[in-house]
Amino acid sequence: MLGILRQKVGAGSSSAMILGQSLQRIRPAASGLRNYASAAKEMTVRDALNSALDEEMSADPKVFLMGEEVGEYQGAYKISKGLLDKYGPERVLDTPITEAGFTGIGVGAAYYGLKPIIEFMTFNFSMQARVPPRSSHSAIDHIINSAAKSNYMSAGQINVPLVFRGPNGAAAGVGAQHSQCYAAWFASCPGLKVLSPYSSEDARGLLKAAIRDPDPVVFLENELLYGESFPVSAEALDSSFCLPIGKAKIEREGKDVTITAFSKMVGYALKAADILAKEGISAEVINLRSIRPLDRATINASVRKTNRLVTVEEGFPQHGVGAEICTSVIEESFGYLDAPVERISGADVPMPYAANLERMAVPQVEDIVRGAKRACYRAVPLAATA
Amino acid sequence: MALWTRKSVNVVNHVVSRVGFLGMINQSSWPHSFYRKHPISDACARNLKNPVTDFVNTPAHFPFRRFESTKAETQSDTLHDFDANQQVLDFPGGKVTFSSELRFISGSPEERVHCYRVLDDNGQIITGSTYVQVNKEVALKMYSDMVTLQMMDTIFYEAQRQGRVSFYLTTVGEEAINIASAAALTIDDLIFPQYREPGVLLWRGFTLQEFANQCFGNKADYGKGRQMPIHYGSNKHNYFTVSSTIATQIPHAVGAAYSLKMDKRDACVVTYFGDGGTSEGDFHAALNFAAVRDAPVIFICRNNGWAISTPTSDQFRSDGVVVRGQAYGIRSIRVDGNDALALYSAVHTARNIAIREHRPILIEALTYRVGHHSTSDDSTKYRPAEEIEWWRLARDPVTRFRKWIESNDWWNAEVESELRNSVRKQMLQAIQVAEKVEKPPIADVFTDVYDVPPSNLVEQEKLLRETIKRYPKDYPSDVPV
Repeated sequence: MLGILRQKVGAGSSSAMILGQSLQRIRPAASGLRNYASAAKEMTVRDALNSALDEEMSADPKVFLMGEEVGEYQGAYKISKGLLDKYGPERVLDTPITEAGFTGIGVGAAYYGLKPIIEFMTFNFSMQARVPPRSSHSAIDHIINSAAKSNYMSAGQINVPLVFRGPNGAAAGVGAQHSQCYAAWFASCPGLKVLSPYSSEDARGLLKAAIRDPDPVVFLENELLYGESFPVSAEALDSSFCLPIGKAKIEREGKDVTITAFSKMVGYALKAADILAKEGISAEVINLRSIRPLDRATINASVRKTNRLVTVEEGFPQHGVGAEICTSVIEESFGYLDAPVERISGADVPMPYAANLERMAVPQVEDIVRGAKRACYRAVPLAATA
Repeated sequence: MALWTRKSVNVVNHVVSRVGFLGMINQSSWPHSFYRKHPISDACARNLKNPVTDFVNTPAHFPFRRFESTKAETQSDTLHDFDANQQVLDFPGGKVTFSSELRFISGSPEERVHCYRVLDDNGQIITGSTYVQVNKEVALKMYSDMVTLQMMDTIFYEAQRQGRVSFYLTTVGEEAINIASAAALTIDDLIFPQYREPGVLLWRGFTLQEFANQCFGNKADYGKGRQMPIHYGSNKHNYFTVSSTIATQIPHAVGAAYSLKMDKRDACVVTYFGDGGTSEGDFHAALNFAAVRDAPVIFICRNNGWAISTPTSDQFRSDGVVVRGQAYGIRSIRVDGNDALALYSAVHTARNIAIREHRPILIEALTYRVGHHSTSDDSTKYRPAEEIEWWRLARDPVTRFRKWIESNDWWNAEVESELRNSVRKQMLQAIQVAEKVEKPPIADVFTDVYDVPPSNLVEQEKLLRETIKRYPKDYPSDVPV
């Protein structure tokens, strides 16, 4: 039964409906599918990633996917659904459980002509009993020392066109070793490009751009967004669709305060903006999309307009993405700031497991609302209470 | 629903095959009912309508190993009726014979794995040896290159001692591994070196001037002066840039081999590393992947006894490195690393196997690091000088090979001195030239970080140039702007 279903699921935009149906059966509780009835212009992030992989693999025979459980199991999060059937085991490789191994092997394959996509599984409920949880830590040597530096060290003789992708940051109830955001880590290393999609359009456009890019790209997804549905334009569904790397997107225009965010936090920032609007504060929400290169121009133009800035991220505060954005604004638009920059981030502690503590350790919509109000002097600034 | 079923099938197979396995081993003492009435398998079976039927319906979607575990389970029932001593277990990966003897496999075999050699200590071919013929032309190039390598090392080492380059690392004692392995390959075979294999580049036509340009980090260096000395790399010679981090090249080699296999190219990948490198996780990951993925790659371990100051006795307890290949399911051989003919034959044969049969090969070459680890090391502090001298004089691979070509009447003292004079002259000339060539220009700081320079680097370069223009006297005159 499943086999038949899988064959039908050609993982393209045209088959989004079948895919959606099968997913609904698999995960009836998935909240992202609730609006399924009007699915023609809606797509989950999962389907967006899947279709992007499919289209790029179809367009370029040098592209291949490698990781744990990406083939037979169709990906720990079903991102690679249908790809093994379509492209065969030579291009959808199930690997032994050694992140450092397949990261290194991916780098080697990229050295010599192939364009690997390396999937990191950070966590999977159904796998929990069988295998220990894992993440990309052990592979970081190959990402930093080999992938990021080879082009420079070889003076352009060896470029490394590959994509490292997988869920990043906090999910739900998975504790300290599966909840960390690595955006700031990877983004601090020259030679890497770091992308983090929010919506389905982001996921499609950025992943396709990452695969086509000649440099190594770290592509940070969010587990909780996989099942979310977003409206997608006809343009974004076209197989030629691609988003520019290094360009942020203004998700919502505003004039009183700028809120920068990436990944899941964009959704929170948008919700915060709704609440702020009711209180008469017009917030501009910037979806960073690209953490490195960072779109300093868009951020600074916005701050020069609103004169106030709130940065939002799920990662740790120290040396984080918010710190970098803050520096960029202080360097380029210091004279335009009417208030201290507010930085909303994850708590400076390893992620606790208990749900109540976990909630307190990551930014919530109300934290963003409060931060924006402080920046607008509609609440007591933190500096004044210190 | 469908997905759930799939997952459950896997879980059940896993549990059942384990239970089945335990049941088999202990069947004489355990009641039959234990296996039959195991609560987990019962519970799982109830949750599944018919797992076996499911398999039959979608065989293509299940990996072979999982299918086999079901067979193990089925067979366990039937085997209960037979004599335990005669049985085999049909287990994932192949049949396993049962034994009633409680015995652990020995950690160290009674006899160490033999070492293949062709030339005896006097450079004469050992009667009855199997080896690949080397013709006069190749033999003479092998010898000339070994001598050149030895002399290049000596002169660069001296240059470092004179403070003309910051760092150097010699290959002394390991000339045969360098040159003979290179000779057995073709230029299409990709090399992923560690750092003690410049001889492979030399064999492939990298000139002494090119070596000098890299060591002196000048404008002509293919690495644009970005890496410390001896980190050579050359695209046209299919020699990937040397990496300082130990063993990272080994998984890279496997990845590149996978590329070659996908391209159906008539070539393989060869990667080198030392005995110390085999302790890195990368070594193990790479061997395992190569075996699982049937990658055409030759792993050459230069077991030279020392990882800087760490002797192999502190590095591993196994019989060297060769035995590890077998553990990963890789065909392996131990070779006398100071016997150029043995190395040539082993690598030549390994190459044929790797390409024709699409499989990895492990070669452990036993040799000795006659030089210090690098110019940052004094090895007499941790190993006896007599040991070094014995290897340098009595077991020198270059001398041994020379005896063989002389016994063939292909070589004599006169040609020898001509060669040495010529190499010395070329080396001194190369160093002089390399020192005079301009240093890399300012632009080279900024390029190649990405394929296209990002805006922040473009901006920084512009600022730097403006600053230099404003304060020319404060900027070194020998660096081109």
